[in-house]
Amino acid sequence: MKTEREIGVGDGRTEAELEAGRRSRVLMKGNEAIAEAAIQAGCDAYFGYPITPQAELLEWMARRMLELGRVFVQAESELGAINMALGAAATGARVMVSSSSPGISLMAEAMSYMAGSGTPMVLVNIMRAGPGLGGIGPSQSDYFQATKGHGHGDYRVPVLAPASIGEAMELLASSFEMAERYRTPVMLVADGILGQAMEPVDLRFRTPERHAFDWALTGAAGRPARIIKSIDLDPEVLEKRNLDLQHKYREIARHEVRWEAWQLDDAEFAIVAYGTAARVARTAITRARERGIKVGLFRPITLWPFPERELARLSRRLGGILTVELSSGQMVEDVRLAVEGRCPVAFHGRMGGLVPTPDEVLGALKALSGHHAHTPPPRVRGYEATELFEPDYPAHSGARRGGRR
Amino acid sequence: MEHSVVFSGFGGQGLLFTGQALARAAIKDGLEVFWIPSYGPEMRGGTASCTVIVGDSPIGSPVVDRFDAAVVMNLPSLRKFAPRVAGDGLLVMNASLLGDETSGRSDVRELHLACTALAAQGGDDKLVSVVALGALVARLGWVTPESVRAALREMAGHKRLANEDRWRVVEADLGAFAAGLDAGAIDAAT
Repeated sequence: MKTEREIGVGDGRTEAELEAGRRSRVLMKGNEAIAEAAIQAGCDAYFGYPITPQAELLEWMARRMLELGRVFVQAESELGAINMALGAAATGARVMVSSSSPGISLMAEAMSYMAGSGTPMVLVNIMRAGPGLGGIGPSQSDYFQATKGHGHGDYRVPVLAPASIGEAMELLASSFEMAERYRTPVMLVADGILGQAMEPVDLRFRTPERHAFDWALTGAAGRPARIIKSIDLDPEVLEKRNLDLQHKYREIARHEVRWEAWQLDDAEFAIVAYGTAARVARTAITRARERGIKVGLFRPITLWPFPERELARLSRRLGGILTVELSSGQMVEDVRLAVEGRCPVAFHGRMGGLVPTPDEVLGALKALSGHHAHTPPPRVRGYEATELFEPDYPAHSGARRGGRR
Repeated sequence: MEHSVVFSGFGGQGLLFTGQALARAAIKDGLEVFWIPSYGPEMRGGTASCTVIVGDSPIGSPVVDRFDAAVVMNLPSLRKFAPRVAGDGLLVMNASLLGDETSGRSDVRELHLACTALAAQGGDDKLVSVVALGALVARLGWVTPESVRAALREMAGHKRLANEDRWRVVEADLGAFAAGLDAGAIDAAT
């Protein structure tokens, strides 16, 4: 599914809708807007443990869920929170948990159990810089964890990445829908900036329809008992369960891919970026176009399933791709897998809670677009935050120029 | 059109509040806006700042290379943000604390305001950042004064205060804003 939505509020709507939107808009903090969107989406139970830069989400839940007579628990730890969530979700309740990076690591085991037992839940990660306890600055260095990692076993989790607070609210409703449709945990990832910032948002919420589940543990009076578990000691049975899971993941990959294309129609180059990095890229693209560089934005909204087919198709007509992330380069691996050497893929990123500025990204773009003219990549704080590859990549991938030290 | 301003000083000067008042005013004027506080270790004591970006289309980058304007309420803020103001940008300086300090830049417009005295005229000498906002609005006109007043009426005073006390706070905020508005306009005319 292609989404026509632009970043932020407004584009793709009629003038009357825009005017109505303007009148109903209020200023909301990202963490609070996500919490309220979950409440309006029908979240029955929330479990959490405080951590910066996600704390306001939990605080909002602490007040609002009690007002509404729903379940709010500040658990004794992240492990406690997510395992309570597992139990609540097994009853068919609409359940959400949120944390920030180090807390998500603690929740990894339960994610595997939920995937294995087919338990729906929405997990929000307001990412901060790692590794370890790291810092509290914004980061996208949990891409690997979200899309490939957390717990053990052959499983996948749909991952949604908003680039604005308004989009985060909309995607939260989608997260509950996907979680229940496919009986899977779903992750929504945003960096600390989106959690801490305030933007105008439309207070028009979406509440996903409720369905009766034939698997939920609701008390077995008058019917056969149901069992929710991830253990199967018979290899034949366990393989069958795994095959069913893989079938489910193929279905998700077929139906749930989302991305945004911006200014790509006449583009000779593209930036691939998600979340906050995509917004920085947007400003850099506007500046680049003023300087005659024809560049557009390809923004994955689902990080898994990754929009690989769409990116592969696009790469056939591009002179090069620049991937921008708040990390050392994680999504860029999926970009390169999708592009399969059809065009050079460069990378620019910052770590530790720092965010690339539009001018930094513009510098990296100039280096990519002027590759043959040997424009040097920009140096940032003494290291080369931009990595450029020779155009004949990947056949001579060792021949890269300006590699990081 | 996209404009950026940073409000910077120390905790308690009302910088985050004032930035939010500007953001709310922008919404009332039908504009797009992005407000981001510094939430790093400095929020645990010391300097406080927030960035507000106002535009007529969805806001792109939340990080700003060069600010169109900076409101600096103490010396560390002047040192930190004066170099990051764009050429021909506006620097609103709190002369009550900064005295005769200057940015040392000849390519920016400096506006020196005795914020404490001006705030006192409005009824509460603590509302220094609201004075600075008034001057900023008078000088740059990104939002209408009426929208700022409406925002201040919504925001000022703790919700749990008795109505009478709350209105006293609102009046002081409106007074500080008016004093800043006048100071900015007079200074612009000279």
